[in-house]
Amino acid sequence: MVTAASGSFELDDVSVTYGNETAVAGVTMSIEPASVTALIGPSGCGKSTLLRCLNRMNDELGNVKVGGRILFDGVDIYDRSVDPVELRVRVGQVFQKPNPFPMSIFDNVAYGPRTHGVRRKAELDALVEESLKRAALWEEVKNSLKKHAFELSGGQQQRLCIARALATSPEVLLMDEPASALDPISTQQIEDTIAELKSSVTIVIVTHNMQQAARISDRTAFMLRESMDFPAQLVEVGDTRVMFTNPADKRTEAYITGRFG
Amino acid sequence: MTDASFPRRRTGRPAFRRAAESVVTRAIAFSGIAAIVILAAITVFLGMNALRAVGDVGLWSMITGTDWFPTSKEPSYGFLPAIVGSLWVTAVALVVSVPVGVAAAIYISEFASRRTKEVAKSVIEFMAAVPSVVLGLMGLAVLVPSIRVLMRLDTGLTAFAAGIMVGVMALPTIISISEDAMHAVPADLRTGSLALGNTRWQTVHKVVLPAASSGVFAAVMLGVGRAIGETMVVLMLAGNSGIVPNTPLVSVRTMPGTIAGEMAEVVQGGEHYSVLFAMALVLFAMTFIINLVADVVLENQRKRWRR
Repeated sequence: MVTAASGSFELDDVSVTYGNETAVAGVTMSIEPASVTALIGPSGCGKSTLLRCLNRMNDELGNVKVGGRILFDGVDIYDRSVDPVELRVRVGQVFQKPNPFPMSIFDNVAYGPRTHGVRRKAELDALVEESLKRAALWEEVKNSLKKHAFELSGGQQQRLCIARALATSPEVLLMDEPASALDPISTQQIEDTIAELKSSVTIVIVTHNMQQAARISDRTAFMLRESMDFPAQLVEVGDTRVMFTNPADKRTEAYITGRFG
Repeated sequence: MTDASFPRRRTGRPAFRRAAESVVTRAIAFSGIAAIVILAAITVFLGMNALRAVGDVGLWSMITGTDWFPTSKEPSYGFLPAIVGSLWVTAVALVVSVPVGVAAAIYISEFASRRTKEVAKSVIEFMAAVPSVVLGLMGLAVLVPSIRVLMRLDTGLTAFAAGIMVGVMALPTIISISEDAMHAVPADLRTGSLALGNTRWQTVHKVVLPAASSGVFAAVMLGVGRAIGETMVVLMLAGNSGIVPNTPLVSVRTMPGTIAGEMAEVVQGGEHYSVLFAMALVLFAMTFIINLVADVVLENQRKRWRR
């Protein structure tokens, strides 16, 4: 298992431009290994956009330019020598809506490892079991691995997607509002899973839910786009307890006390 | 409200407008029903005209007969040369159009930029609009002589030549229906696969194609339907010989080619005339079944991704 040493990000003056509109600008922050960092802020403040920079999924949208520098364990991930496909093996992502592939539970989890050349049945079996255990889904599905993934409930599907992302042994897991489409019990299970995982994986989670950010994260970054005429910015980043009890910026305080957003 | 009667508002909608509304509604309903009625009428019409052939020659002996000599003293009306000829042409057409068509659909759906996609789609629509006789002419001028020389045959008028051109005709159907099927695969499956460190091509191969497979199958079936029913190109290029072909490199006749080529020269109401109707009935049944299967498969595919 990967341990706490790797999986850190350093963002230096990061900006994101769609076509000729700059959506996010001037983000400088660090993401520490083996911790949970929450990105909060109102809708449209660029949280997901910033998240997608970290595994270069913005590349797939076309017409997107990322400025500044993003160092992943000291390596500039936008350097020409970095292959985004390889980066994504190390920086996994879980999406807002559960998106299992139309295949069996086993094949879903084995999808990533198979792409990267794991063929031996015993090795795959072990990987699938370990990943499902880490995603806290193993007990519920261990006797039905051959069943179609669409037979699972929404919460189970989302944990399957977490297991699927873990199967490539990433150092970082990006989560884009992973519980926003789920019921409270499933949300609880996802949060428990995140708490379990953070000792071995760096987690960056975008959330609309401030209680969730307060419950699960070690550090919180608050982003805000004050006007459509200007790009979104990072207002404040820091220790979650400090952010929620004694924020440095008035806007952060207004947001977390529910005065807007 | 104490007043019991609900105050009626004068809508100012005169009687003739209401009448017009109902006339329009009925006209639309009638048009819908008309399609079904026409389909039924075609079947009945073909069946009635084929009755004499079925009585005189027998449906089974026509379908299994191996000789097509309708004008000899002892006429024989075997459909097998035409059925097998149609199948050869269709087979060649599929070998040409399926790989090219599916590859084009993958490119348009998964790799092309938005602009290229638009251009490609309209070009494909143009392709569908090329009259088949034009393709037939091109085949006669270019394909038939080249095949004769390259394959060292006595004649280039073969199932192979016709099949290639019919394949070109089936391409737009195969491309646009497969592309629709791939387009219908939810985008989040693609992002999910990419985020796991798969390349675009791996994603297409492992997620998009399997998920769209039934739609692609339906596209191919519709292409087959198109190929089997195609008349002009085969009439011009296939050579129209009367034997059961065992290779695509010989002259063949097809069902549509036979009907179109001979109908003008038969005695109306005669035996040969009726036999051609029986052949049309067989052809119609084949294309109907193929289209039906394709439709059912397509509908299932659409339901699968409606979530």
